[in-house]
Amino acid sequence: MSKDERGRAARRGQPYLDEPEAKPFWAKLREHKLTAQRCSSCKKIFGFPPQALCPHCLASDYEWVTLSGKGTIYSHIAYHRSWHPSYQDKIPYNVSLVDLDEGGRLVTNVVDCPPEAVRIGMAVEVVFEDFPEYTLPKFRPVKSVWVSK
Amino acid sequence: MTNLSGKCAIVGMGETVVGKRPDATTNSLHLEAIKACLDDAGVKASQVDGLLTNQPLNDSHRSYAVKLAHMAGIDPIFATDLALGGATPIAMVQHAVMAIEAGMATTVVCVHARKRSTPDPTPGHPIRRGDEHWEEPWGHFAAAGGHAFAAQRHMYEFGTTSEDLAHVAVSTRYHASLNKNATLRKPITIEDHQQSRMIVAPLRLFDCSLESDGGGAVLVTSADRARDFPKKPVAILGMGQHHPHFSLLDAPTLTTLGGKKSSETAYRMAGLRAKDMQFAQIYDCFTITAMITLEDYGFCKKGEGKDFVKNGRISIGGELPLNTHGGLLSQAHLEGQLHITEAVKQLRGNEVEPERQVANAKVGIVSGHGGSLAMHATLILGAL
Repeated sequence: MSKDERGRAARRGQPYLDEPEAKPFWAKLREHKLTAQRCSSCKKIFGFPPQALCPHCLASDYEWVTLSGKGTIYSHIAYHRSWHPSYQDKIPYNVSLVDLDEGGRLVTNVVDCPPEAVRIGMAVEVVFEDFPEYTLPKFRPVKSVWVSK
Repeated sequence: MTNLSGKCAIVGMGETVVGKRPDATTNSLHLEAIKACLDDAGVKASQVDGLLTNQPLNDSHRSYAVKLAHMAGIDPIFATDLALGGATPIAMVQHAVMAIEAGMATTVVCVHARKRSTPDPTPGHPIRRGDEHWEEPWGHFAAAGGHAFAAQRHMYEFGTTSEDLAHVAVSTRYHASLNKNATLRKPITIEDHQQSRMIVAPLRLFDCSLESDGGGAVLVTSADRARDFPKKPVAILGMGQHHPHFSLLDAPTLTTLGGKKSSETAYRMAGLRAKDMQFAQIYDCFTITAMITLEDYGFCKKGEGKDFVKNGRISIGGELPLNTHGGLLSQAHLEGQLHITEAVKQLRGNEVEPERQVANAKVGIVSGHGGSLAMHATLILGAL
């Protein structure tokens, strides 16, 4: 299901669910859990994408741990042009870099907040958006955002 | 350790016609660029013994450099493809110098071509970016997005504004207006920039570079051999690279990039400093890229790029003419290959329109930048 018609790993715009190192990440998201690899040796969170050895100390033992889902906006942008047909009716839409409290960063979307109200440094928490074949982690502001019209 | 400063020189350079080349393939543009370069250098293919190139974006496959060499009549004793995105053309020149000084080749052609304005009719397998599965599911598809993240951080940390970025676009377009082989030649104003449509906020249309078809090449040989070539040789004085992250997910910062360490290595090799540079051909895939690189290269302090680019300082006749050909923003986007050929022309001294010739040009710096603001390479070039 995650190969395109020419055998490439994933269809444009979709996650690569069968990537060996990342399979547990996508599986746990189906249960609405945001997880990351934690090194059994140096105890640090690997970060994303998942990989076979610890990026901090090259140890090979790790465990998947469930994260708090809390994070902070490192930077944010608003797409005013669509590069993919499925986004044509969504512009302008937010894309953000969220630094997770335990370590690691995700490219994601901030939801429940107009794109123009997203700010660097804003505290956010994970929400889960289910699609037929996978679940994506997205984030909403911890404090509700009120925007005057 | 041997200092390679001045050991090798560029003795030939060629550019194809750029812009829309619907009938061309990336491969045909590579060949055109090689021919233009060898003609300029006054040599036959049989006198070239090394080739470095980029893989066609639409048709990546193994050993492309070897295939291309033999298609051009070159029997290489040194050949490889390089894949450092927009740092590739500069990295090719660096690898050529290293191969020549190691005794593995004497005369190396470094050729780059790109087909992004019109489709490449060659059937093949497109190159993967490598980090797209962790970006595209959330709607992040474009280089404009990655650089918009950096622009947003620069604005947050240093108070830079969209109008500050406009100064880069306006000056670069002015230079393109003076270049007969430039795609966009109509001058623009700060107001034009501010009224151009938003692409990925905070970046507007006039913050973004072109998508182009075209190719370019340079011929590198030892400084000793360089004297036998007909055109004035251009010495390779300094070289550096730095690749501080791979994807946006592991970038320690987006406001200081690989240019800082890369230029430090190049300055040290050349025994020169930022203030010695008479011009800068700085990778400008987006206006913010040029501003960050000017800071990283030490032309001003971090965060002061917004002031540095004003008052004519970066225009021809100013303190540091920037992208005298019109850059990726207005001339053509061949991943910086034309930043190198432009620097060669400036240092030869009689090959560009007189209105955009840097007076008495003796030394200048060239940057390359690729991927998710990840790869960086630097060249310092000088007149011999």
